[in-house]
Amino acid sequence: MKKIYILWLRQLKRYLRSRSRIVGSLAQPLLFLVALGYGLGPVFSKAGQGNYIDFLAPGIVGMSIIFTAIFSGIEIIWDKQFGFLKEVMVAPVSRLNIMIGRTLGGGTVATIQGIIVMLISLVFGFRPTSLLGAIAVIPVMFLVAILFTAIGTIIASLLDDMQGFQLIMNFLVMPLFFLSGALFPLQGLPQALLIVASLDPLSYGIDAFRVLLAGSGHFGLGVDILVLGVITAIFLWLGSYFFKRIQI
Amino acid sequence: MIEVKNLTKKFGDFFAVDDVSFHVKKGEIFAFLGPNGAGKSTTIKMLTTLLHPTSGGIRINQHDPVTEPDEVRRSFGIIFQDPSLDDELTAWENMEFHGVLYDVPDKLRGERIEQLLKFVELWDRKDNLVKEFSGGMKRRLEIARGLLHHPKIIFLDEPTLGLDPQTRNHMWTYLRDLNEKEGTTIFFTTHYMEEADKIAERIAIIDHGKIVATGTSAELKEQTKTESLEDAFLALTGKTIREEAAGPNDFMRMARRQWTKKR
Repeated sequence: MKKIYILWLRQLKRYLRSRSRIVGSLAQPLLFLVALGYGLGPVFSKAGQGNYIDFLAPGIVGMSIIFTAIFSGIEIIWDKQFGFLKEVMVAPVSRLNIMIGRTLGGGTVATIQGIIVMLISLVFGFRPTSLLGAIAVIPVMFLVAILFTAIGTIIASLLDDMQGFQLIMNFLVMPLFFLSGALFPLQGLPQALLIVASLDPLSYGIDAFRVLLAGSGHFGLGVDILVLGVITAIFLWLGSYFFKRIQI
Repeated sequence: MIEVKNLTKKFGDFFAVDDVSFHVKKGEIFAFLGPNGAGKSTTIKMLTTLLHPTSGGIRINQHDPVTEPDEVRRSFGIIFQDPSLDDELTAWENMEFHGVLYDVPDKLRGERIEQLLKFVELWDRKDNLVKEFSGGMKRRLEIARGLLHHPKIIFLDEPTLGLDPQTRNHMWTYLRDLNEKEGTTIFFTTHYMEEADKIAERIAIIDHGKIVATGTSAELKEQTKTESLEDAFLALTGKTIREEAAGPNDFMRMARRQWTKKR
């Protein structure tokens, strides 16, 4: 337990110490919130869908979580390159516990980032339907964060350097985000796009955020949590499998 | 303490370590020498559970690194050739992290961290981030960290590379002292022949993945009819300069590419 804690603490300390990273990773979600929120807001409400900022904010929270979480997982590549992973790998700690500590750490960091984005979006006119919902959403954020940290870990175990990072961003992270229903409602989509969105785990995360923060969703909270729970379990298992295979 | 039998490691078609056997007794100071790319680092990685052998057996403190990795990991401390500190943490935090991972009890951990940081003269810098440290300071911190859990065996992979004679001398004095008082087994690699000559009780020389000679410094000199260990080394391994074109990491990448291609 104590070993998992110290691994978690390390991730958290690294995050809190890199202020530029915190601020830097807030820029993109805020740009989306302002540009799309105010830009498409009038069209959205004319179409009878209500307040776009209220609709968009949960999606942008999801965006900041997926970006931070996948990046936290991928950070293992830095550890590989800077040698610190060797120190961890020769220590008498099971690979599974190393993976758990790291994933909890990455998950916590991504959740904090999600909460910050949620708070900032209040400034831009976002109003959650209830305070209770805004609190209840935090554990769901953590679940989503864990899921994507595990995915990041899997990617990192397969790559040797950061060369492939751009590839991952363009072919994995961006599609996961844009096809998730973070920016548009899933109701009334063309069939093909709806199928794709239903296969994207982030869709369920954002749907759950939306139920809790904006009071309406597509799949329903029960389905969301169930799907997220099962997928997270699968990716954690896969992640620990791939992590065990890392040789330095 | 360390027993190696017919150890082989292949990366693709390349034999990085080829049918190597040797043993190191408890409390012995053992030098593992060889030109660049001879298989030293690959051997150390297999001894320290970081790499699985292709074939052959290893016993570290009576445990097998493949089947009982945690027992093996608890028995040794290692000071790597390349830095392995977390630059974003302070010196103290790096030590603390290590101590927790190796189950050093809280109170003892605090005492030892203080004692070791004072020993490597970094105590007044304990709250500085490692990224502010010079190369030599990082090296000293790694040495202190490797000793924190009082391992039975210490592996040092070119530990004195880039250290000034003062620090080098200081470090070896401490290690010898530890060796005498606690019977700690020391296994090290180096390119400084006079260092191996002065410090090691027994020496093995590896070249092209094979052990070409083992014995005391005197035995090696006698065997090759040379005056110094450096001459003995050159007589055994030849005078051609080795290209260290690809480190073990590159071989690993190659191996991984081949593996992924197959799938």
